[in-house]
Amino acid sequence: MGLKLKLHTLKEKYKGTKMAPAFNALHTFLYLPNETTHGGTHIKAADDLKRTMNTVILALVPCLLFGIFNAGYQHYAALDETLRLAPLANFLTMDNFIMGCWTVLPLVLVSYGVGLGIEFLFAIIKGHEVEEGYLVTGMLVPLIVPIDIPLWMLAVAVIFGVIIGKEVFGGTGMNILNPALTIRAFLFFAYPTWMSGDKVWVHGAVERQKEIMAGANIDAISGETILGSYAQNHNVVYDYWDMFWGFIPGSVGETSKLLILVGAFILIFTKIGSWRIIFSTLIGALTMGLIFNGIVDAGWIGESSKFYGLMNVPFWQHLIIGSILFGAVYMATDPVSASQTNKGKWIYGFLIGLISILIRVFNPAYPEGVFLAILLMNVFAPTIDHYVIQGNIKKRAKRLKVKTA
Amino acid sequence: MSKDIKIKKGLTINLKGEAEKTLSSAPRSRTFVLRPSDFHLITPKLVVREGGKVQAGETIFYSKSNELIKFASPVSGTLTKIERGAKRVIKEITIEADPQDSYKDFGVLSPEASSAEEIKTRLLQSGCWPFILQRPYAVIAGTEQEPRDIFISAHSTAPLANDYDFSLHGKEKELQAALTALSKLTTGQVHVGVGKSGSSPFKGLKDITLHNVSGPHPSGNVGTQINKLSPVNKGEIVWTIAPQDLVIIGELLLTGKFNAERIIALAGSEVKTPKYYRTRIGAEASTFLYDSGLKEENVRVVSGDVLTGKQISPKGHLGYYSNTVSVIPEGDDYEFFGWNKPVFNKISTSRALTFSWLTPNKKFDLDTNTNGEHRAFVVTGIYEEVFPLDMYPLQMLKACMVQDLDEMEALGMYEVAPEDFALTEFVCVSKQPHQQIIRNGLDLMYKEIG
Repeated sequence: MGLKLKLHTLKEKYKGTKMAPAFNALHTFLYLPNETTHGGTHIKAADDLKRTMNTVILALVPCLLFGIFNAGYQHYAALDETLRLAPLANFLTMDNFIMGCWTVLPLVLVSYGVGLGIEFLFAIIKGHEVEEGYLVTGMLVPLIVPIDIPLWMLAVAVIFGVIIGKEVFGGTGMNILNPALTIRAFLFFAYPTWMSGDKVWVHGAVERQKEIMAGANIDAISGETILGSYAQNHNVVYDYWDMFWGFIPGSVGETSKLLILVGAFILIFTKIGSWRIIFSTLIGALTMGLIFNGIVDAGWIGESSKFYGLMNVPFWQHLIIGSILFGAVYMATDPVSASQTNKGKWIYGFLIGLISILIRVFNPAYPEGVFLAILLMNVFAPTIDHYVIQGNIKKRAKRLKVKTA
Repeated sequence: MSKDIKIKKGLTINLKGEAEKTLSSAPRSRTFVLRPSDFHLITPKLVVREGGKVQAGETIFYSKSNELIKFASPVSGTLTKIERGAKRVIKEITIEADPQDSYKDFGVLSPEASSAEEIKTRLLQSGCWPFILQRPYAVIAGTEQEPRDIFISAHSTAPLANDYDFSLHGKEKELQAALTALSKLTTGQVHVGVGKSGSSPFKGLKDITLHNVSGPHPSGNVGTQINKLSPVNKGEIVWTIAPQDLVIIGELLLTGKFNAERIIALAGSEVKTPKYYRTRIGAEASTFLYDSGLKEENVRVVSGDVLTGKQISPKGHLGYYSNTVSVIPEGDDYEFFGWNKPVFNKISTSRALTFSWLTPNKKFDLDTNTNGEHRAFVVTGIYEEVFPLDMYPLQMLKACMVQDLDEMEALGMYEVAPEDFALTEFVCVSKQPHQQIIRNGLDLMYKEIG
């Protein structure tokens, strides 16, 4: 093995130098290191953080591929409405794929390029190994942004998210907030006009709008998301199967509920994602949906109310519109920012689901609350854990009391 | 009041090279070594100088902080070398053995007829006291406080561990003597955990409370059994003793001799004929390693089991408390795309392209590779799956790392020993040194509170 030996000599050469973390990051990408155990257990299980993160990426790949096709499909369908009549036939086409690659891959490249660049920089400055956390974050970010987001915005957001969301706390494993959602939140609050509204979700819609403003005599492209339609009490033009398969406008990777379920299956089966969080989030969302349905049924709110549209959505439909499913499967399950106790995970997930739908219904400006709900619960996760652990501590104290009494 | 212990959480690690149930006598070792590092937190004060003659059972050194705790020579011979490390810490004491053992005679002491005080004095004099460990802190038992209970686990579930049902066979007389004696040292009970299906020599002995233990590893860990039977509360002390050490104590009482005989399991995938050997505490590992033969040069020899033992060189010596010697391949090689390709030949608790879940009974040939680099804690929920104690392992580890004494105490630090965290360390995705973290935490507590 020539390559193996060569890399080994290079590793020894770089040892202790500033560049060592950068070199090792690339080296360990190719080869599992030759590190052996010292003290403690002499054998170790096969899993490491790279494998764990890799599994999450694998679970995201279906969503990414679908997102690529969907980007092209939404673009062409917006120009030619008749395509929507047979989405299955018009979806997996070369045109869609090329258009999708053209728009989605730059997002992926910018996300990974900028994010990993910062990770390497911090690793070199602080002299620790490059940690794997960003491999997943970098994949999540392109999937949760609108397709037509300018690349410089994405780059700025990634820089902010990685530094403020993660590195200031000490890197992977130390952060309080989910870095991918920190990036999303930054985009939302820094560039609100870009991140909401009905233009940014379909490729070309914004450009078209500009041309119209400039006086061109062409039809506008509507890229309204389903939540946008509901929030404005418009009629929704997509049927439930469109929503489930994912032939709808939305952030790049979150539209296909089917493939998210496939990802959820991968995460749960491999035991990488917490099934407790995924299920409790969905239960929480359904509960809130039921409550709102109940309010509408009780007649407490009239059709004239601006909340009526979303409150009246049958509770189960909340799961197939918006990004609640994507959030529950890929975002809420981030082990670092989630609750760390098993009991805590149930509470944490349930509250995410509950608050997501609450914000979805009551926030008129931005009809999706999943990322805000998850960030909020990220902050409260240690508190939840604290009370869960208190249960165990109290049990121990009680035992002592019985003994001494 | 016998209570069965059945645990569900845990992980039995099946490794290749289990010791065959045949017993051979290892050739007599030329030198014997005592390593003070085997006795945690003990600073030795030497009694014998270099060149001094000792009999088996004669005190070599005592604890600087408690002169009553004496450490005896496992063999008769001449103390030839005292190896010191940094700050003149004694690392190894080498004794060159006489061709024939002569024993220091402590006199026969009937366990039934003697008082607790007599027994205690005898154990202290003869160097048998260091066999008694205490919790909290997982150190050699203090001499003042009476233990609430005494726990003995005669069920071994660790990978490739010594099967006590085999190695203690025929030692019922010694065990009974030791158990009767120990039962006088506590107001509580002497709890003995034995395998549910097995012919333990402990079944049928008196002065003990017998418990049937079943479930995956770590059900055989004494810490698991304590936690399930009667957890240690603040202010309480319990003792734990390994079953083979009971034999030495029993023989001392019955014959007056300190006979440091050990029946060790020589096991592991790199051993040609893994089997049981009769040897002594501190003997040269090479006496049995080369008798059995090693398959390869590049191996890791572990005095103890592969989860909790200490690495020794093939020319090194058996540790004081070890009754297993494991030999596994070193894993100091790179593996191409080892982090993402499917893995069939390693154990994993996940199913992330790892397939050990398909073959729960397959025996694996694991090496010492860490299978990944050290990282901060990231993944949660995996420790709980292999940790049967009623406490929160991750939070405990974090409390130890930030040296939060209150939190450690509240979470149950008094109940644990480093070995209880061996399995969580094995499965740790971040490759954190759990046992070392717990050890440091216990030491800190001992210093500040104990």
